This record gives sequence, C-alpha cells and structure tokens, in this order.
Amino acid sequence: MIEFSLWDILRNLLLALRWTAALSLVAFIGGGLTGALLLYARLAGGRVTDRLIGLYVQLFQGTPLLMQLFLAYFGIALFGIDVSAWTAAALALTLYTSAFLTEIWRGCVASVPKGQWEASSSLALSFVEQMRYVILPQATRVAIAPTVGFLVQVIKGTALASVIGFVELTKAGTMISNTTFKPFTVFGFVALLYFALCFPVSLTARYLERKTYGPRH
Amino acid sequence: MVPAIDNAPGSRLVVEITALRKSFGEVEVLKGIDLNVHQGEVIAIIGKSGSGKSTLLRCINGLETFDDGALRVDGKQLLHESPTAMRELRQHVGMIFQSFNLFPHLSVGRNVMLAPTLVKKRSKTEAAERARTLLERVGLADKFDAMPDQLSGGQQQRVAIARSLAMDPAVLLCDEITSALDPELVGEVLRVVELLAQEGMTLLMVTHEMNFARKVSDRVIFMHQGRVHEMGPPEELFGSPRTPELKQFLSSLHD
Amino acid sequence: MRIQLDFAAVLSQWPLLLNGIAWTIALTTVATLIGMLLGILCAQMRAKGPVAVRFGVGAYIELIRNTPFIVQLFFIFFGLPVAGVRLSPETAAFIAIVLNLGAYAAEIVRAGVEATPRGQIEAAVSLALTPFQVFTRVVLPPALKKVWPATVSQIVIVMLGSSVCGQISVPELSYAANLIQSNNFRAFESFIVAALLYLALSVVLRKFLNWAGPRLLFGR
Repeated sequence: MIEFSLWDILRNLLLALRWTAALSLVAFIGGGLTGALLLYARLAGGRVTDRLIGLYVQLFQGTPLLMQLFLAYFGIALFGIDVSAWTAAALALTLYTSAFLTEIWRGCVASVPKGQWEASSSLALSFVEQMRYVILPQATRVAIAPTVGFLVQVIKGTALASVIGFVELTKAGTMISNTTFKPFTVFGFVALLYFALCFPVSLTARYLERKTYGPRH
Repeated sequence: MVPAIDNAPGSRLVVEITALRKSFGEVEVLKGIDLNVHQGEVIAIIGKSGSGKSTLLRCINGLETFDDGALRVDGKQLLHESPTAMRELRQHVGMIFQSFNLFPHLSVGRNVMLAPTLVKKRSKTEAAERARTLLERVGLADKFDAMPDQLSGGQQQRVAIARSLAMDPAVLLCDEITSALDPELVGEVLRVVELLAQEGMTLLMVTHEMNFARKVSDRVIFMHQGRVHEMGPPEELFGSPRTPELKQFLSSLHD
Repeated sequence: MRIQLDFAAVLSQWPLLLNGIAWTIALTTVATLIGMLLGILCAQMRAKGPVAVRFGVGAYIELIRNTPFIVQLFFIFFGLPVAGVRLSPETAAFIAIVLNLGAYAAEIVRAGVEATPRGQIEAAVSLALTPFQVFTRVVLPPALKKVWPATVSQIVIVMLGSSVCGQISVPELSYAANLIQSNNFRAFESFIVAALLYLALSVVLRKFLNWAGPRLLFGR
C-alpha cells in the first residue's frame, strides 16, 4: 500500500477537478448551443415542432440523468461504435443541458408581454427582426440569472459520469478512497471542492437575480 | 391640552391609559397620552395622518410596544414581556384592520371559528354555531362556506368584524376600517358598527368618516402631534372647536 | 447492420423491477415527509433563530445545494463509518435523501413564508393565537400553497435523483435495472425500461402531489 499524505490526496483530487470543469464546460456550452437551436425551432416552427420539442424536454426532465448516461453509454455501443466514457458523458450531459436550458429560455421568452409581439408585428418587423430587436433583448435580461443558476446543476450532474467510469472528481475520490482507506477525508475533500466550484456560481446567480428583479419584497 | 373627562355612560373602566409615550427611533409619536374608556362607550379618534392615532390603537392590544406610561385593559396591566399575559389580554381586545386581513386559505366560517377553537378550546360544532349567528348579525349568513377572495371588500370587512366578535372582546379597536373600501361599500360596514354601538359594545375607532363619528360616538378625540389635543362630545368638537388646529383640520376636510 | 432489441428478456424480470419501484417510492415518500418537515424547521430557524443557529442552518443548506447528491451519499455511507457511524445502505440512503430534500425545501418554504403579508400575522396575533398557532395555522398553509409548484418539482427531482442510491446497492429501480442487465447482458433494453418506468413515476408523482397538496396541506 502506498502512503498518501493529505497533500497527495488533495493534489490528485485537484487534478481530477480539471475534468469535472472540462466536462461541465463542454456540456454547458454544447447544451446552450443545442438549446438555443431548439428554442429557435420551437418559436419559428409550427405546432408539431413545438410538441416534439416539448416531448424531448419532458423525456430529459422526467428521467434520471443517471439513466440518460447509461443509455448514451450502452446505446451508442449498440451501433457497434466503441465509445469512451468521456464521449458518452459529454453527449448525455449536453442533451440533458439542452433540454433544461431550452425550457428555461422558453419561459423567459413567454414572460415578454404579448403587447411587445403585437407592437413589433404592427411595425411590420419580420420574425427574425422581432426576435433580434424586440423579444430577445428583453428575454435575455430575465434569462441570465436562471441560466447561471443551472450551471450549478450541470456541475453537480457531471458527478454522475463517474458511474460510467469517467475519471472526474467523484470517480477520483472513489479510487483514492479505495486505496487510502480514508473515505471520510477523501469524500469530505471532494464535497468541499464541489462546493468551492458551485458556491461562487450560486452566489453569482443570486446576485444577478436580485439585479433583475430588485431586492426581495 | 384638556384633562380626561369621565362623562361616559357606564362606570366600569375598560381601558385606562396613563402618560403613554412611544417613539419610533428618534421620532416621538405618542407624547404622553391619558385616556379612560368606560364600558359601552363609543370613542372616535380623529386627526391628520401621522398624528399617532393608529399607533395608539396598536399599543392597546400590544401590536406596538410603548416606552413609558401604563396601560390597563379590563383592570389588567399590559405586560409586553410576558407572552402569556399578552395573549390573555388579546382575548379581551378585538381589532379590525384597514386591510381586513382575513386568512385567505380558510373559508369565511373557518376564519371566524379559528380563534375560538384554538384559543378558547371551544368544540367545532359550538364554534360553527356561534360563527353562523355572528355572520347572520353582520348580514352574511349565506357566506359561511365562501372563500375570502370571493367576497367584496365590504363583505370581507364584515367577516373580519364577526371574527373579532367571536372572541367576545370587552373592547373593539377599529383602525380606519373603511379606508380601503370603495365608497359604495363604506355604508354596509358602518351600519354594522353602528349596530354594535347600539348594542352597547365598547368601541375605540380611528376614522375619517366625520359624519359617522358625529352620529355614533359618545366622545371624540382629536389627536395632534402625538397628543390628545381636544376631547369632548361630538356636538361640541364638531360644532364649536376651540383650538385653531382642530378648526383647521375640520375645514381641510370640506375642501 | 441490424440492431436486435429484446425487451422480453427484461420484462420477464418484472418482480425485480416491481421491487425496485417499491424502493424508489419508499425513498421518495420518506424524503418528502421528513424532508419537508426538516425544511420547514430549517426555514424557521434560519429566519428566527439566534445568530449561531442561523449560520449553522445556512451552512447546511448551502453545502447540500452546492454539492452533488452522489457525493453526499458516499460521504454518509463510506465516510461516516470511519467516524464510528456504521450504516446499512438503506439507512444511509434514507438519511442522505432526507438531508438533501430538507435543504432545498428550506429555501423554497422560506420564500413562501417571507411572502406572507404582515397584516395576516397581526390579525392572528390580535386573536390571541400562540406563535406556534400563528405559524402553523395562518402563515404556513398559504405559504405552502404559494410554493407548492416549486416543491412538487423538487420532490420529482429528488425521486429521479434517488436512482443514485443503487450505487451503494440499495435495491431501488436503477439497481434492479443494473442487476437485470448483468444477468442477461441486455443493458440498453434494461435501462430503456427503467427510464420509461421513471418517466411514468415522475408523471404519476407530479399528478398525485398536485392533487394531494391542496387537499391535505392547505385546504380547498
């Protein structure tokens, strides 16, 4: 058995934290882009598109992220493609993020008063112009806080990638805990590292929310 | 400043206030109030906003604490420090608010029944029966099962009155109870209050309805800058005000 | 290339799946009942307690909300035995899931309680209700009503999150799916079936809570 000092544990966890951050960023950016596309399709498309995307959202919001990860991992393999845990995790988390973000943003667009659509229509603006100059600027203001808030969910969600064998912070914690027999210390550190990553994001989201809606009461 | 005159019908004192003082931060809003209220007496408190009249009412049932002086209700000293004593006191003091404050999640009947069942430990049936009687008295017998948001403001305020009466208070405090109402709904609430006055309920009301105050009250108190500035029977106060402040206040109402 | 799917191989294991569903429901029920109580308690302590209590409760809420549930579960199950607390997987799962929902519920309930108009409380106080009566009879019911949609969403999230408990071999639904696929090597089919069952559970749970909330908690 190799002796791990406290610093060894922390150093290895910090190295793994990079992968948590990387996976979070990939999922958040990929999911954001996909979510934006879905939002556009939903607003510009007809009733069928709306229903289909609604179903997509419900599928991802109504099933555990863990199942989504398993399905991505085993589902791609079904096509005879050998996938790495990273690819499966990145794919599943991206789709998961896109479903949540597109729904959050749809709510923000819906919060723009109907009169704004009517006024801009009566000014003979096209759909794209309406979106670009009237609706999106107003919706974006409302959307920023919940979007940043959802980043916390994504970061926490990446922990589940450990279950399909992707070595990020949680998986590294399990491995180190198994070799050092110090689960209390190791998982304590793991939790604190997640906290260090998520808490500032949470605070930012809360700050932005106050800025959008003014102070409470 | 006029000394407190005891020219009231009953003899038993329900509320005794001596040298009451109260400050909000740096601002002293009550600068030594002396007031005795007899059983069955109807007192109207008038004055500009910020003259301390609402604060005075809120002191009587302990919603506000006072800094100096003494306050007795039904012969018992008001003690802020003792929650039990305060709850005991509040069983004898009913309060009606400007904004009705019905409990939105309870039906009209349950609003009236809540305190008797919880505080007086009355049975559900007994409390329900009493609630029906009281609702009938305020003209809302058919609204027992309605929810507050289905009622007009005037109806809500009448339920609030029934809710207070259900505790059999020795005195009822009315804090501008018609100020939040549309003009056409004021009458129905005032008629209920008038009825209570005729039945001998002790009433202490802050009001802007001067005609009502003149008609119903035994005594009118004009508050000005945290003091009882003038006090007397309504004919006297409204007919021949002695101080320039009251004259000015009364004439400002006619504009 | 042809993909052959064999769902019969999974569905024939229905007793395992049923047992898994029962465990998922049990975890969710306990989380909801005790977690909501914990949340209400924490919301009050954070609002009214002494400074030290406020800080402690605030730290608990933020720690839970800013760390993954799986790490909380692992810390309780693997970490605590070192500190002398040995727990069965089931007990660890129940504790973790209650602590998890409690923290989220505390924030949700707090928002509802803060929205209570002052006048409501003054009216109740004037009617000589005790502080406890004021809170449980006058403040809490409308507050819960106001935040019930958010609460329902959070309970559904916790139900879905309970799938992680299979990782410490609590025999809930995802564990059952895992067991089935390790027996028949039909991984994709197993997880599809499990996912669809979760989807059905989340729909039913949402419907049930939307129905039960008004009837059991805040009248009407």
